[in-house]
Amino acid sequence: MGASQTHSEYQYLADKTGFSLEQIKNLHKRFQQLSGNEDTISKENLDSIPALANNPIRKQIIDAFFDKRNQHQEEVGSFEEIGFEQFLMVMSHFRPPTLKTTEEEKEALRKEKLRFLFNMHDTDNDGVITLEEYRKVVEELLSKSGAIGQEAAKAIADAAMLEVASTNVPHMAPDDFYEGITFEHFEQILKGLEMESRMHIRFLDVDTTTMRCGKSTS
Amino acid sequence: MAVLLRPPRRSCSRIAALLVRSACVLFLVFFVCAASAARRDAVEGNNDTSHHPHLTNSTAHHKKPFPVLSFNYDHVRKPFEISLWILLALLMKLGFHIIPTVSTVVPESCLLIFVGLLVGGIIKAIGEEAPILDSKLFFLYLLPPIILDAGYFLPIRAFTENMGTILVFAVVGTLWNAFFIGGMMYGVCQIEGAKLADVDLLSCLLFGSIISAVDPVAVLAVFEEIHINELLHILVFGESLLNDAVTVVLYHLFKEFSQAGTVTVVDAVLGVVCFLVVSLGGVLVGAIYGLLGAFTSRFTSHTRVIEPLFVFLYSYMAYLSAEVFHLSGIMSLIACGVMMRPYVEANISHKSYTTIKYFLKMWSSVSETLIFIFLGVSTVAGPHAWNWTFVVSTVVLCLVSRVLGVIGLTFIINKFRIVKLTKKDQFIVAYGGLRGAIAFSLGFLLTNSEMKQLFLTAIITVIFFTVFVQGMTIRPLVELLAVKRKKENKGSINEEIHTQFLDHLLTGIECICGHYGHHHWKDKLNRFNKAYVKKWLIAGERSTEPQLISFYNKMEMKQAMMLVESGSAAKLPTIVSSVSMQNIQPRGPARRRAIPSISKSREEEIRKILRNNLQKTRQRLRSYSRHDLMIDPFEDLSEVRFRKQRVEMERRMSHYLTVPANRQETQQVRKVCFEPEHQVYTYDDSDSTRGPRSSPPDAVSLLSESPQRPSRRGDGELRAKDEQEELKLSRCLSDPGPKKEEEGDG
Repeated sequence: MGASQTHSEYQYLADKTGFSLEQIKNLHKRFQQLSGNEDTISKENLDSIPALANNPIRKQIIDAFFDKRNQHQEEVGSFEEIGFEQFLMVMSHFRPPTLKTTEEEKEALRKEKLRFLFNMHDTDNDGVITLEEYRKVVEELLSKSGAIGQEAAKAIADAAMLEVASTNVPHMAPDDFYEGITFEHFEQILKGLEMESRMHIRFLDVDTTTMRCGKSTS
Repeated sequence: MAVLLRPPRRSCSRIAALLVRSACVLFLVFFVCAASAARRDAVEGNNDTSHHPHLTNSTAHHKKPFPVLSFNYDHVRKPFEISLWILLALLMKLGFHIIPTVSTVVPESCLLIFVGLLVGGIIKAIGEEAPILDSKLFFLYLLPPIILDAGYFLPIRAFTENMGTILVFAVVGTLWNAFFIGGMMYGVCQIEGAKLADVDLLSCLLFGSIISAVDPVAVLAVFEEIHINELLHILVFGESLLNDAVTVVLYHLFKEFSQAGTVTVVDAVLGVVCFLVVSLGGVLVGAIYGLLGAFTSRFTSHTRVIEPLFVFLYSYMAYLSAEVFHLSGIMSLIACGVMMRPYVEANISHKSYTTIKYFLKMWSSVSETLIFIFLGVSTVAGPHAWNWTFVVSTVVLCLVSRVLGVIGLTFIINKFRIVKLTKKDQFIVAYGGLRGAIAFSLGFLLTNSEMKQLFLTAIITVIFFTVFVQGMTIRPLVELLAVKRKKENKGSINEEIHTQFLDHLLTGIECICGHYGHHHWKDKLNRFNKAYVKKWLIAGERSTEPQLISFYNKMEMKQAMMLVESGSAAKLPTIVSSVSMQNIQPRGPARRRAIPSISKSREEEIRKILRNNLQKTRQRLRSYSRHDLMIDPFEDLSEVRFRKQRVEMERRMSHYLTVPANRQETQQVRKVCFEPEHQVYTYDDSDSTRGPRSSPPDAVSLLSESPQRPSRRGDGELRAKDEQEELKLSRCLSDPGPKKEEEGDG
């Protein structure tokens, strides 16, 4: 790839995702490292990062990268492999707001991040998080805790679901059935967490690949 | 007295407040007179005995009548006076809250200083010597409870996330303040005609270092009433706590230098080293005591009564030990509290936790009140040397240096922060830099000289200015600027789940990105904590309990307690909701549970039996011993599993009544379940399966122990209380047992 071509590509990506050129350069280096200098990465590439092994929700995180819904292109399903553009698109969900972000932009940012979380929970893409799916989430969270985790997970998920239902639809007749958590209810219940200020990581402008951590096996 | 009966209710409170106030004044006058009278008596008594020893001998045979009533004030003098002072302070505090309008406009600290001024004035008018805020009293007895209260309940997450910012403000900000004020004051002192020529540079710097530190007591007192958002609160408050190390070092440094007269480079370097030693040493001492405290609490399961004492004593020892070596006592206290808390809370009983919380709040409240009152009294009492130039320029310079410092530092800090500080935030941080009693006490510790009085006057003026002017205006300013307020923390389990989820998610993304970030280190620390530390410091199986489960257990217990306590009367602070597990569980054929309707007499029988069972559970615990707390079901966390099962059982009992007509047993309580009130299904033999019809509420509720429940039939608007109970009770989690059985019988 010629330098100018890369630069214009980077510029296009910067415009699309909001990262700076420096950050994109660094992320590209990391991408090359993970993919073994290929153009795409597969789930196995991400799976083999050693530091991720201790993470209880590893599978969900990796799946999120390959989820088409996170590409903002109204498609559903999942990829087998993703290229750098898709990688960046997913990463862009973790950008922090800047001083110049207006209130409306902050709202939009929060919605976007909440949508990402929602997609992670709603694995069958029916627009609601059912009790089963929520139970699975809590189980995964407690998966590193052995037997205590499994018993309590169900109780916790049930209690949480009850809380969502009673907050959003306080008066249900005994016959009504609460299908699941819709995106609006999800937003409502997590209003207090201020996602736009919490769900972000620091994207460094310095070269990150010189720090040898979590490198893939290649 | 008859006057009291006639006026209408709304002026009753005013009269009560007035009465309280006059009672206080009377108290005070009485005590002052008594004190002076006693002192005079004591003096005279001494004179008598020393001058007339022979006389008493010769009159030894003269028999006095047996004294029925005698007056001996000396004996109890000291504790009497102390108690009276504290009582006065608390009565004042009570009085303020009875008068509603005043306490919303003026912060409590201002009112208390004002009362102190009043009291000081009275004492001086009587001609007595007023007690001054003695530095020893302040630093050893009045300050530690406030700091411990603050440190023990410090919001760790917010604190560590903003640690960098807080440290920059505390260290760099205080240094900047001290040198700027000291330097400029020296410049001011050089002005002709100010009569301040004898104040040299080092003294000015000493003065600067005393006045520069933001005071935690004042900040707490004012900020607690305005409820701003957590970020700003932790920034200002954290800064006021952490700048103690800087203040201590600077103060001792300049004090030494101003006696020596000259400064060398070596001294400056030593100063920096001293700062590191003081702060890190303080933290280390605190951490050691904290770990000791946590370790001790692991073994207290048999002596629950003294658990709170361990927390208090270890913390106080940490403070005193740090003070022995001239390390930062405040930082030691904070480190001790922070270190101890997670482990101690996992080990101690619920009652001990409540005790600790309330004792800390109580002591810190009393301390704060006393500090402010004494500040007022000392103002009236102490010798003053008022110098217009000095005082005014001090006040102005304090403000200016604070504003400049905050703006400059924020500019630098924002380059490193992800969530930047806005102009509004900067303003509140600058405006919240209040000075308080620590500055006064440090000034008081100076050696007696002309300058000391000058300094003290200026310090008091600055304190008054910040507390009165800034304290009173900060509330309307906060509202004017529409600063974000503290959000209500309702302890939502969804938020907890997602907080944990986010933590793991962000750690994972950082891993994928390939750099060690904030989350990576936090995760590593958590894993280290779980793998090694918790095993040593937490008793029993709670050491392996993940945080989500502890949170959930805590919530459950809270709600179970509310449930049992509420019984019939109390208001449950949750929203009214008719949602129950029925609405959430996925529907399946098993849900077509139908019960035969029960006869009224049968219902009564069952109700009676269940009530007896519940009462038996409670009555069993009535044996009393002075040194033992009775094993309350909701007290001992180590028995939580057993108790939880019991509570769950009782919940289940109150929910599902599926006793078919032909079943006779009543004792096997587990098989008896009650339908929630509005969900009783009647079952027609003619109908084969579906169509559960709601019948008018006819079920039994376990908690209907209160006799005043009217009939439940046809009660369209279900009482909020019942619904709330239903909501709580309906945490009937996955209980397929009885249903399946009844299904076969039905």
